Amino acid sequence: MPSKVTSKSNDQLLAEFEGRIAMGDKVEPGDWMPEEYRKNLVRMIGQHAHSEIVGQLPEGKWIPFAPGFRRKLTLVAKVQDEAGHGQLLYRAAETLGKSREEMMDELLSGKAKYSNVFNYPTPTWADVGVIGWLVDTAAVINQSMLAQGSYGPYARAMKRICYEESFHIKQGYDAIVALTHGTPEQKAMAQDAVNRWWYPTLMMSGPPDKISEHTERAMRWRIKTKTNDEVRQEFVDHIVPQIRALGLDVPDPDCQLDKSTGRYKFTAPDWEELRRVVNGDGPMNKERLAVRRKAHEDGLWVREALAVKAAKTA
Amino acid sequence: MSDTQWETYEVFHQSRRGKPHEHVGSVHAPDPAMALQMARDQFARRLECVSLWVVKSKDVTQTDYQDPNFFSRMFDKSYRDPKAFDAPAKEKE
Repeated sequence: MPSKVTSKSNDQLLAEFEGRIAMGDKVEPGDWMPEEYRKNLVRMIGQHAHSEIVGQLPEGKWIPFAPGFRRKLTLVAKVQDEAGHGQLLYRAAETLGKSREEMMDELLSGKAKYSNVFNYPTPTWADVGVIGWLVDTAAVINQSMLAQGSYGPYARAMKRICYEESFHIKQGYDAIVALTHGTPEQKAMAQDAVNRWWYPTLMMSGPPDKISEHTERAMRWRIKTKTNDEVRQEFVDHIVPQIRALGLDVPDPDCQLDKSTGRYKFTAPDWEELRRVVNGDGPMNKERLAVRRKAHEDGLWVREALAVKAAKTA
Repeated sequence: MSDTQWETYEVFHQSRRGKPHEHVGSVHAPDPAMALQMARDQFARRLECVSLWVVKSKDVTQTDYQDPNFFSRMFDKSYRDPKAFDAPAKEKE
């Protein structure tokens, strides 16, 4: 489609683009955008999509062992949501010119990054509860922020996803409440899961602002509307009172309310561990990708059958 | 091998009879019948739904965001707006 603006200079286009964002207006597919904006969003939305797809695995393995039929059905629904969120996000990224197939290939080949948090093991049922409660609370705080972002298709996907994630938090919280009201062994199981997930969940919001490469420009272009440290602090302030109200401990003796600010102080996680896990060297990276690859290969006959049917009815 | 990059279909969702179909997103599918199934799984898992439409994304013709003239008004068209008239709602006796 011939565009009426080809005569404008790059500087004029950039000024209009930044002006629109400063007014709180959204950017839509087909708009002029700086190449760096496009690249930054493709990378971010792609990583987010991969995180949803890989995020099915740590909990999915618990579906056959969920305690009771109701919790089993709930967990199936949650894992199905994650598959759906992955697909919504791949579609949002595709509006920026990268195909879903390219992104899937990058995930399966191990080239793509995804959230650190899905590379830790889930040895007990309490892990399923804690992922829903802690990890998904951190995710919703981050995603509510992203829903305010400047790119229309991503912001719209985030709104839909946040709505469904609130169910995920509720089911996780409910599972942990049941454990904390149970036997001493069950309560210990809940505490053990909180202990193991606390720092990985803090890492989820990304590296600290002072070493994060992308923060400044991402804020100016409203790719993000809060910094990593702000999102992390919001999560801690929200979750610590909940943890303590259930009679559980935060595994950080320095985690205390600062009365002068009304916010919690806490010990920073090991950023070197975050770097390692995101770059493929976490406890479960290899297994996660192996399971994902097998699922992709096992699904081949379905895709082939659908292609034959589509060709016949075309 | 390109076996997952199917065509995309835009999805329109009607929550209740009498409401308009609204665009809610899009899905990949090998054919229209599968697109409806994918659309149901993606967009009608929870919310009320009585009808879905799917249409191939490539069959949608759209305006250009970068053409500011397409929606511009050549002259004052406020006479199209009910607020543009001063007559009182009720004539004085």
